[in-house]
Amino acid sequence: MSETFGIPVAVILGQLTLGLVNGSFYALLSLGLAVIFGLMGVVNFAHGAFYTLGAFAALLGLQYFGVNYWAALVLAPLAVGLVGVIVERLFLRHLYQLDPLYGLLLTFGLALIVEGSLHQVFGASGQSYPVPDSLSGVLNLHFMFLPLYRAWVIVASVVACFGTWFIIERTSLGASLRAATENAPLLQAFGVNVPLLKAATYGGGVALAALAGVLASPVVLVNSHMGTSLVIVVFAVVVIGGMGSILGAIVTGLALGVIEGFTKVIYPEASNIVVFIIMALVLMIRPAGLFGKD
Amino acid sequence: MRRVAIVYGLLALFALCVPWLGIYPVFMMKLLCFAMFACAYNLLLGFGRMLSFGHAAFFGSAAYVTSWLVTAHACGPATAILGGVAAAAALGFAIGGIAIRRHGIYFAMITLALGQLVYFVCLEAPFTGGENGLQGVPRGTLFGFLPLRSDVVMYYLVLAAFLGVFLFIRRVVHSPYGQVLKAIRENEPRAISLGYDINRYKLLAFVLSATLAGLAGALNSLVLGFATLSDVQQSTSGEVILMTLLGGTGTFFGPVVGAAIVVTLQEYLSDIVGGWVTAIIGVIFVACVLSFRRGIVGELAARLGTAAARPPVPAATQ
Repeated sequence: MSETFGIPVAVILGQLTLGLVNGSFYALLSLGLAVIFGLMGVVNFAHGAFYTLGAFAALLGLQYFGVNYWAALVLAPLAVGLVGVIVERLFLRHLYQLDPLYGLLLTFGLALIVEGSLHQVFGASGQSYPVPDSLSGVLNLHFMFLPLYRAWVIVASVVACFGTWFIIERTSLGASLRAATENAPLLQAFGVNVPLLKAATYGGGVALAALAGVLASPVVLVNSHMGTSLVIVVFAVVVIGGMGSILGAIVTGLALGVIEGFTKVIYPEASNIVVFIIMALVLMIRPAGLFGKD
Repeated sequence: MRRVAIVYGLLALFALCVPWLGIYPVFMMKLLCFAMFACAYNLLLGFGRMLSFGHAAFFGSAAYVTSWLVTAHACGPATAILGGVAAAAALGFAIGGIAIRRHGIYFAMITLALGQLVYFVCLEAPFTGGENGLQGVPRGTLFGFLPLRSDVVMYYLVLAAFLGVFLFIRRVVHSPYGQVLKAIRENEPRAISLGYDINRYKLLAFVLSATLAGLAGALNSLVLGFATLSDVQQSTSGEVILMTLLGGTGTFFGPVVGAAIVVTLQEYLSDIVGGWVTAIIGVIFVACVLSFRRGIVGELAARLGTAAARPPVPAATQ
């Protein structure tokens, strides 16, 4: 078997695909964060909690209602997105006139409520979602074996990311969304229902997080704190990429996942912290982030 | 003003008498340590308008260094505390130097990420005991004649440290430096145009806050006899934010009230509601942000008209 730096190539490629899988989650989550922040000026600390809710929705749907994976992939983001709309109507809309820090604090409290309740009801140990039969095989690419489910996660995330990009950049709905980001009162004067747009945006952003949660449920343990540390990494990703650009969020997320995967091969002890170190370095060289504008 | 003086006098009297009132002394010491922590935090958030989401890094790293100096190097408590505080100050200089490059929510996200970095270092470094943390830390004898094993002596040490920190922060805020810090909080571009090197002022506030948070962490680890991962965890950073917010950001006594409430809740509420404590803390957070942004002391001050009441974090000027 061929080796690079004394490490079997198959191991490197295996970690690379794992890194791409993680990177897909980073991309989906940071994309949702960027869209929500762009329109509403809210840094959604509860993003990790909504990711967790998505995974739980899929798991509970399967256990209690026999909802299969493909249905959960649609229903769980819809349900969580609806929760997001309710959260926006009940809480977040009261904070738009205030310092954005309050949005961060409020959503932090929401994350504590969601994760604390899930922890209390379902316990600390996790359960795994069974990989659907049609995705459970392994692809033989001759130079490596690729678990089909990993390939599916990467493809599905990239499709979801570019779908979001398309909606925002190429449709009339996206055009009003971008207009609201620039000048919401003016857009409202043109007769667009801006409050509805904001609620829908928050719902859509957290639905993306829930989609990531459903995609992740067969590859990670579904438990109450699966989103807690993830959201911190995603924040670092957002700082590195800058929240100004949608494509920037996608590219940064995928790239950092890959870098993390490589670090696991070369120096495993640092794999948890490599993203934070990169963030510190980027801040020293380019404080606005790689794709940032301010 | 007189009413305020009477309240402070009564509180001081109460604090002095605690060992004879039958209150569990370790609980009271923990409360004072967290009050110190919250006051240090308030210096940054309340007077510098910098929302750090990673302050547990300073509290926890000082706890670890202090415990490590005592257990692995048989240092006395004075040296160990000093070492812990110095570590927190150095870490504050490093993290603050990076974080003040950005404002507002970015500052919050950066401190959160760097705090998590410190957490992972504490989890994996060879001298921190991994998941178990450092346990069985003896309190020792301070300056060779004060036996800290006695809860009464330890209590008065913690009380003295708390009073020192409290008065020091008051002094800092009322000093010319503190006035400039407040000016930066109110209107940063204007402070720049007046010729102030605002990054130096902000970094100093960050380092001061980290140092005092470190003192709280060092003392807390001696009180409890251990340093664990929960000291550096993000949830501890969240707790200190809640204490400050609940008590009243930008007021002197608010963080003390907030710390007293949160520590008491955690101590006694968990007996009643079990694991729901986290969710309840989340509810308090949401309630605070939605309807109680001045905090308890801030609201009281506004009602009584004793102090210039102001919203804790003024409207954004970005």
